[in-house]
Amino acid sequence: MTPLAIVDYYEAWWIQIIKAVLIFAIGLQIVPVVLLAERKLLGRFQGRYGPNRVGPYGVIQPLADIVKLLGKEQSRPNTSIGPLYILAPVISIMTAVATFAIIPFGDAPHIFGTRVGLYGIDVSIGPLYIFALSAIAFYGLMLGGWASGSKYSFLGAMRAAAQLISYEVSQGLALVGVLITAGTLSLTQIVHAQEGMWYIVPQLAGFLIFMVAAFAETNRAPFDLAEADAELVGGYNTEYGGGRFASYYFAEYLNVVVVSGVATTLFLGGWLIPGWHSEPAWLDPFVVLFKMTLFIIFFIWIRATLPRLRYDQLMSFGWKILLPLATLNTLITAIVVVAVHG
Amino acid sequence: MSATPPSGARWSPFYDQIEVQRAPEPGGAGGAYRAFGETLRGLKTTLARVVEGVSTIQYPEQKVAVYPRFRGRHKLHRFEDSTDNGGKAGLEKCVGCSLCAAACPADCIRVVAAENTPEMRVSAGERYAAVYEINMSRCIFCGYCEVACPFDAITMGHDYELSDYNRSDLIFTKEMLLAEPLDASPLRAEGE
Repeated sequence: MTPLAIVDYYEAWWIQIIKAVLIFAIGLQIVPVVLLAERKLLGRFQGRYGPNRVGPYGVIQPLADIVKLLGKEQSRPNTSIGPLYILAPVISIMTAVATFAIIPFGDAPHIFGTRVGLYGIDVSIGPLYIFALSAIAFYGLMLGGWASGSKYSFLGAMRAAAQLISYEVSQGLALVGVLITAGTLSLTQIVHAQEGMWYIVPQLAGFLIFMVAAFAETNRAPFDLAEADAELVGGYNTEYGGGRFASYYFAEYLNVVVVSGVATTLFLGGWLIPGWHSEPAWLDPFVVLFKMTLFIIFFIWIRATLPRLRYDQLMSFGWKILLPLATLNTLITAIVVVAVHG
Repeated sequence: MSATPPSGARWSPFYDQIEVQRAPEPGGAGGAYRAFGETLRGLKTTLARVVEGVSTIQYPEQKVAVYPRFRGRHKLHRFEDSTDNGGKAGLEKCVGCSLCAAACPADCIRVVAAENTPEMRVSAGERYAAVYEINMSRCIFCGYCEVACPFDAITMGHDYELSDYNRSDLIFTKEMLLAEPLDASPLRAEGE
């Protein structure tokens, strides 16, 4: 198996560099928007406005936050382990950005006469690539918490480790149903396989399991035990400040964006619009962004609604309910696929 | 089990028994199912808050209207500029009797009285307040001064924005108390 999916066109190296810069730039632009959207929407869900002082309607608020964070002194505790302490947020942000590379924003249309894939890379191991990187991302949290040399950070990191490992299993198994149905691991081909019907319909159980696990994987409410501010101050990032904290924060929100992208690609038919098969290619990225926005709003909505789980509830839910359900879903899907296609 | 005894029956402990509805046991697949349903209910609740709209009052721009009997910053009064008050128009109502200072439980009012002269007639009475100071950092806004005043010269106004950078700036002089406040606080209608 080759690492990249087999495609019937060739991309010059400079196209790939332009694409990489473009995707990274777009990813960087989405994060402040999500940051602002979260604060504004949380406000609305709680009957208040949210930030509305910096700039018109508070739109410059995330910029002000970032400038403030980057302008702060980079301090670290005496008990911390220097190199790891510095490396940890880098790992977090790097893996988040790297996962963003395989989200397809469209097919491979002709742009100025050459075919360009509207994605970073089309890997033939799509979901495995995502899980590999999210497994590395967990080192970012783990090392950050451990290298801080603080008990709160350490507790947060331990929780993060336990939680991420538990839920990654269910998340992976939830996707296996989709992969069996599509018969491919390439994300663009998975989207093409959904031209008849989006996988949210036949794989509804898988979708729900994936979403629940996604909340846990991105450390968001109600599974934000890793940074439970009420009991752990800030969890693994307690001792971080300034630019390093900004990196963690950025990675967290980029992970939300990435998970939304993955869910869009695997369950909501990526750039497909139901009932319209000849849509212009320039529309594709906007369709994907629109679907991702829906997921991001849902993430925020859930955060505004649900209280944080207790640690034992989190564990028993992950292992006793989510994992058996995900396994069952995989099993049934496999049987059905074999029965239908022989 | 019925909690009410039939009429004429003697009381027995049996009638004090009540039915207790317990929540279903948590955990298991049933628990997860119920949790899912409750999650949807919670989502509905939070979405209803969005539909309901925002209840924030944007304070420095919008102010909460106070009730007419709200006791805010004090005001000293002059006689109105009308013809039917016997040549008292424009004179201060305060005659420097110090009853407000005597009534003040926080001891924040200082009055120094002086005699009116034909050349300089300040108040309608024999004397007037040469110095009238209220220390707003001590005032408890009880309104006793207003009650004690025999001439209605001092009343509690409606302004509540009294913070300042220095304690000495919080000692309000007679001129400040006589002047109209720069931006008047909004007032609620009675019964609103």
